[in-house]
Amino acid sequence: MRKVFLWLPLAVFGLLLGVMGHGILNPEQTTIPSKLVGTKVPAFNLPAAVPSHPGLTNADLATGKPVLLNFFASWCLPCIAEAPVLEELKREGVVIHAIAIRDKPEDVARFLAEHGDPYARIGSDVSSRVQISFGSSGVPESFVIDGKGVIRHQHIGDIQPQDMPKILKALKDAQ
Amino acid sequence: MIAEIGLGLLWLAAGLAVVQAFLGMAGLRQPDRPDLGGAVRPVAVAQAVLVVAAFCCLIYLFIVSDMSVKLVAANSHSDKPMLYKVSGAWGNHEGSMLLWVTVLAMAGAGIAVAERRVRRDTLIATLMAQGLLALGFYAFLLLSSNPFERLNRAPQDGQGLNPLLQDPGLAFHPPTLYFGYVGMSVAFSFAVGALVTRDVGPAFARAMRPWVLGAWIMLTLGITAGSYWAYYELGWGGWWFWDPVENASLMPWLAATALLHSVTVLATRDSLRAWTVMLSVVAFSMSMVGTFLVRSGVLTSVHAFAVDPQRGSFLLALMLLYIGGALALFGLRIGTVREGALFEPVSREAALVLNNLFLTVILGVVLIGTLYPIVAQGFGQQVSIGPPYFNPAAGSVALLLVIAMVAGPLMRWRSDGMKAVLRRMAAPVILGVVALVGIKVLAPDIGTLPWLGLAVAILAAAGSIAPLWKRNLARTPLFTWGMVIAHLGVAVALAGMAVDSAFYKERLVAVDEGDTTDVGPFSVRLVSVEPIIGPNWTALEGRVEARRGDGAPFLLTPQARNYSAPPTDTSEAAISTRLDGQLYVVLGKQGQDGRWQLRLWWKPLVTFIWLGGAMIAIGGALSLVGRLWRERRSPRGGASA
Repeated sequence: MRKVFLWLPLAVFGLLLGVMGHGILNPEQTTIPSKLVGTKVPAFNLPAAVPSHPGLTNADLATGKPVLLNFFASWCLPCIAEAPVLEELKREGVVIHAIAIRDKPEDVARFLAEHGDPYARIGSDVSSRVQISFGSSGVPESFVIDGKGVIRHQHIGDIQPQDMPKILKALKDAQ
Repeated sequence: MIAEIGLGLLWLAAGLAVVQAFLGMAGLRQPDRPDLGGAVRPVAVAQAVLVVAAFCCLIYLFIVSDMSVKLVAANSHSDKPMLYKVSGAWGNHEGSMLLWVTVLAMAGAGIAVAERRVRRDTLIATLMAQGLLALGFYAFLLLSSNPFERLNRAPQDGQGLNPLLQDPGLAFHPPTLYFGYVGMSVAFSFAVGALVTRDVGPAFARAMRPWVLGAWIMLTLGITAGSYWAYYELGWGGWWFWDPVENASLMPWLAATALLHSVTVLATRDSLRAWTVMLSVVAFSMSMVGTFLVRSGVLTSVHAFAVDPQRGSFLLALMLLYIGGALALFGLRIGTVREGALFEPVSREAALVLNNLFLTVILGVVLIGTLYPIVAQGFGQQVSIGPPYFNPAAGSVALLLVIAMVAGPLMRWRSDGMKAVLRRMAAPVILGVVALVGIKVLAPDIGTLPWLGLAVAILAAAGSIAPLWKRNLARTPLFTWGMVIAHLGVAVALAGMAVDSAFYKERLVAVDEGDTTDVGPFSVRLVSVEPIIGPNWTALEGRVEARRGDGAPFLLTPQARNYSAPPTDTSEAAISTRLDGQLYVVLGKQGQDGRWQLRLWWKPLVTFIWLGGAMIAIGGALSLVGRLWRERRSPRGGASA
């Protein structure tokens, strides 16, 4: 009995190594995905953010065709980095709607003039309320939404050129 | 060229570590060939000389800002003050690992030159273990973290050192902890050596004790300094966050504290043989687990070090080899070690066993709390564990520990009478109970833990000096003074923690220049906010005037700093130390209405925390000097304590 006892420290240490090894192999998740992926978009009705584009309601996201919904803001630097990639996606035939977060019409207009305008509709979410109802915590953030208005995919942070195939595939799968 | 020389020296040192390990093994195998074992000592010294030279090469590269070396380019900048250029050499992963092996090799050389207490074969086995240990870290450096790597094209200038680390305290905080960790590795090597030669006894404990004590002093200083750094540099007003990196330094300290006490029992009374060996292994494991947690990035922490899973795997493999190997050796050998001396349930040994038990429980609590997020993630859960778990779980056991700490020195070795012990403890216990009732009456609203903490602190303060009662102070040995001061330091630190937690005042206000507000007993006026320029930063500096009642006003100057390389914003809290605590002011952002955010804390007795930490370290240092002094005078080592 005493003999077995002597090997106990080694066993405990093995357990400890296992835990730490597991930690190494499974790096900690630093982003928290929205719980709403796979469910219908929340109901909302946002006024136009700029006069040149119509506003956005949840009905615009369920027209039978998958769309990309992009949360952005004129004051957000990664959004500028993301702008050319969104233009590229538009050239691929993707319909992109946008929600501008805590923004002013003149700032949004300037942003579109300077960094390109890939958007079909832009709603203005002055209080971030719609953003929060999507389970999104920052800008930029994008959602792939299928023709029935169900969220299929969430992309946190700016969409970089290497993310394009992933986004295009998600849009294709949503058909 | 210097970088290549440094790398060459490092390879040579690694080669000598191999020689050291093999000579050690051969010397143990062939006791009839004393030349083999005898050669281990000079080899250990040569290895230390080479690696110290390599480390000097690295420091030189940082001093001259040789940007063609990758490590310098990534962590230094030619505009940096000289102190931070030098400290930049170890303020990063590769450099700190080089510092680690440097200290390790120096410790090995120290043993080789000075150690005369243990048996010759145990010494050879110890140096063999040191050689093997160093070898692993050389492999780590040379194969996956070469500090001397060159860049193909040298950049114009370096990327700079994280501004939060550009602080005199931080220049010395990591090396201090590393000296502590490496001291634990010496204890580990001694334990392995003693297991190999089955020589676990008082001689081995006496040889190990100064290393354990030295390492423990360094860890105490390192943790105390780190806590103060987090307190004034991060601008959050807290002094302990139970952050994984903080826990990584606390766990070896807990194990070292336990080891320090059990090694004394072994040296003095020849008891607790297996337990002391076990603790030496555990203390070093905790140092390695700490390094692993900090370096691998397994846990996210406010301390954003260079994170690299490959390095983590390497450290894990080293742990598997060393700790796994040592524990296997323990399982094989400890059964053949003769049982040590026995003692009665009421005796100083028993109190020290109790102390070890409590320390081990706290260690377990901290270890589980630190690693639980990894386990939970394995089951798909994201959790973050903080003060709501640690404070009650570790705190309550810590209070019991402090009471055991008071009892220990008031008991006799081997056997003591319960009545006599109670009589000696009567005064402190009565004081503690009076404090318990008094605090509840005067301040009924404070939390349970601060309430108990303060009462225990008062009990412990009285109990710590009780061993000096009716003693001839001039003839009291230095190490007894050391113990008294260290134990008193625990009481002082505990009092600081309890009073700060119970009575701190916090205000967050938005004020215009000229406005007056108040926090605790102070009225505080924001006089002005002005831009100022430093050597490698610019800042907005608030001029804040504070006064207590009708007392003389004094000026505080909190800054919101902006560093250019790398571009970072930091806030420099302004702290004014009073006799009874600190006033802590942080300048925040300017709102759209032009008003400035000020965050104000009045933290009563908070300085006691670090004062206590310093007293613990000073007590340890006195004890170390006292022990070495006595051993020098009677070379065979007195069995008295």
